[in-house]
Parts: sequence; C-alpha cells; structure tokens
Amino acid sequence: MSDASSFSYLLRLGDDRLVLGHRLSEWCGHGPILEEDIALANVALDLIGEATLLLKLAGQVEGNGRNEDALAYFRDAIDYRNALLVELPIGDFAVTIVRQLFFSVFSLLEMEALRRSANADLAGIAAKAVKESRYHVRHSAQWVITLGDGSDESHARAQRAVDDLWRYTGELFMADAVDRDAAAGGLGVDPSTLAEPWRAQIEEVLRRATLNVPSAAYMQRGGREGRHTEHLGHMLAEMQIVARSHPEATW
Amino acid sequence: MVKRAIPSREELFEILQSVKDPEVPVLSVVELGIIRDVVASDAGVVVTITPTYSGCPAMHAIELEIRRALAAEALGPVEIRTTYSPAWTTDWMTAEAREKLEAYGIAPPGRAESSELIPLRRRAATIRCPYCKSHNTEQKSVFGSTACKSIWFCNECRQPFEEFKAI
Repeated sequence: MSDASSFSYLLRLGDDRLVLGHRLSEWCGHGPILEEDIALANVALDLIGEATLLLKLAGQVEGNGRNEDALAYFRDAIDYRNALLVELPIGDFAVTIVRQLFFSVFSLLEMEALRRSANADLAGIAAKAVKESRYHVRHSAQWVITLGDGSDESHARAQRAVDDLWRYTGELFMADAVDRDAAAGGLGVDPSTLAEPWRAQIEEVLRRATLNVPSAAYMQRGGREGRHTEHLGHMLAEMQIVARSHPEATW
Repeated sequence: MVKRAIPSREELFEILQSVKDPEVPVLSVVELGIIRDVVASDAGVVVTITPTYSGCPAMHAIELEIRRALAAEALGPVEIRTTYSPAWTTDWMTAEAREKLEAYGIAPPGRAESSELIPLRRRAATIRCPYCKSHNTEQKSVFGSTACKSIWFCNECRQPFEEFKAI
C-alpha cells in the first residue's frame, strides 16, 4: 500500500478522536454534577492524547514534515477525515452520552483489532487506547442505562438522542478503498467487520436501558471524504484560532 | 564538568528514584513502572519511558525532571525515548509502592481489568478505605482528579477517597 493511502487511514483514526475530544472539552465547567464534569474532561484528555499520537504517526508516514500540531491546527474542515457522528454539537447531556456510547464501543472494537497491526507504532498506541476505551464504554453505558431506565424526562431525552444520532452510526462501518488497502496491507482493520459486534453490544445496553433500537434507516456519510456538516467549521474556528493567530508560538 | 565512570543499570535506576510523579509525589517514576530502561555509555544516557495514559499531562514534567536528575550526575547528553508497547499496567507497581500509596491516602490498584469486552457490571470486589481500612465502600465516579484515579466513598468513616485505577 502507498504512503498516501496509509496517511489517509491514520488521519481518519486521529481525526475521530481529536474532534470528539474537543467536543467533550466543551463540557468543562458545565457538567451536570462535579464528578461528571471531571469524567467528561478525563475522557476528552484520553481522546486528545490518542489523537496526538495518531496524528504524529500520520505525519511521519506522510513524510512532508507535518507534525501533530500542524495537522490539528492548520487543516480546514474539507481536509478533516473524521466521521460525521463526532462533529455534531454536544446537545444536551443525553446527546453527549449516547454519542459517547456509540463511539466508545466502536473505538474499543477498532483498537482491539489494531493491536495486531503490522505497524508496531500503531499496535502500541492501540494497546494503550484499548485500556482507556474500556473505561469510556463502562462510563457511557452506565449513564445510558441510568437515563433510559430513569425518569420519564430522562427516558424521553435519551430515546430522542438515540433516534437522532442513529443515522450517523452507519458511516463508522462503511469501508472504502482506503480502509480495504489498510486492511490488506496489515496496517488497519476493515471497519465493516466491526458492525455486527458493535450492534450486538449497543442493543444489549439499549435493552437494559429500556430504550428502543431504531429500525434501519438511511445512513448519513461524507466525513471520510471531507464532506462535513456545517458544525465542523465552527468548531475548528474556535479550536484553531490561537494557533493560527500566533503560529510557531511556544509556551 | 568531569564525566564520572559509567554507572550500571541498577545505579541509574537508583538515581531516577529521586524523580517523583508530580501528581502522586510519594511514588517515584521507577516505582510507578514508567521507566522501562536506562542505558549509559560514553555517548550519554538513553532513558526509555512509557506513559501511564495517552494524554497524561504529567509526562512532560516527568521528562524534565528525569533530565534534571541525570544532568546533576554529569553523565553526558540525555536522550528520552517513549515506547507504547507493552502498554503500561498498574500490575507493574511494586508491593512497597502500593503500601506507600495507601499511607498517602490513595487506595492502591487491584488486579488489572479482565478482557471482558463491555464491562457493564459494577466490580464485585470493593476497594479498601485507605483511612479506616473498611471494605464498606462504593465507587462514586470512574474518573477522578487525574486520569489515573477514580472517586470512592467510605460508608464507615464517611470519607471520600481516591483509588489508583487498575489498568
């Protein structure tokens, strides 16, 4: 497989975690209770840490001298390769936590597979991320059950979040040439192989939460090719402003 | 500055015992298992470290402290390499380190997590309160003041406390 294809694959891994990590950091100081404020910041820190390592590796593979900061701060939305699910606004707490469950289960499965990557650096990053993802899954699953099996209000909001976000979950498992190249070359995993185990785990959590699994519907896509929702540009404007106003600044 | 004789691996680890974790200052980076290898030669010292968590913000401070400790020994240039495999686990923490943690007021980690894919059930084994040693405790949050800790509450002595998470 070509370096360009490997770079594209690693960029997807890094961008998913960078964008979701930034979204979660928006809760800092706004969590519903102190413990939850801290928890969301912790998960954000793990994801941004993973993104740092993945984007650094992507930059090395690309070979054009771009490091993790260059990739995070000096690309526009059209060059980001994250799935649409992670760029959506944080919404209410139910939206944030249901999205987190959807992504964390996916990430855990993806990273478990990537522990066997032929790229030793990626395998090492994945081994670390698996441990972190287990905590993210447990945290979000417990919350989804608490909200779903809670009051009428929390149940209704959790169900609405599941229904609204469902159409963004399909993209996580749509494999294209970049994914198939990465899987065939031993670098990555074909995401379509993760769809079934993901669905089994999500259905189990939703059942315990007394929430309905939405029936199959049209699935949104585009993020992996750089076609994003309007939300990503706004998010990046905030995330990148300091680095772009003061390029090369150190502190 | 005069360079001294090249120290052994054991001597180098002893030097690094002086570098404490900035978030848990009773433990050295050696006791935490962050230092994976140290090799000295005529060309200087190469230290191999592994982060506790991918985004641990203390790693930068720890690197600076390692450089400072080794600079004081005048062993030449210091190179710090970071490795991610094998991934850091709390199982590397020594029994002595666990005692120090408990004495400091942080419950030491139990055995690292099982490979259960989706750990939905709350953990059966409870954590011992570092203050009154009761096992009548409950977890309040999986995440605490730092990435490596969770928040617990002791129902006996009515004290909140932190646990060093097993990973």
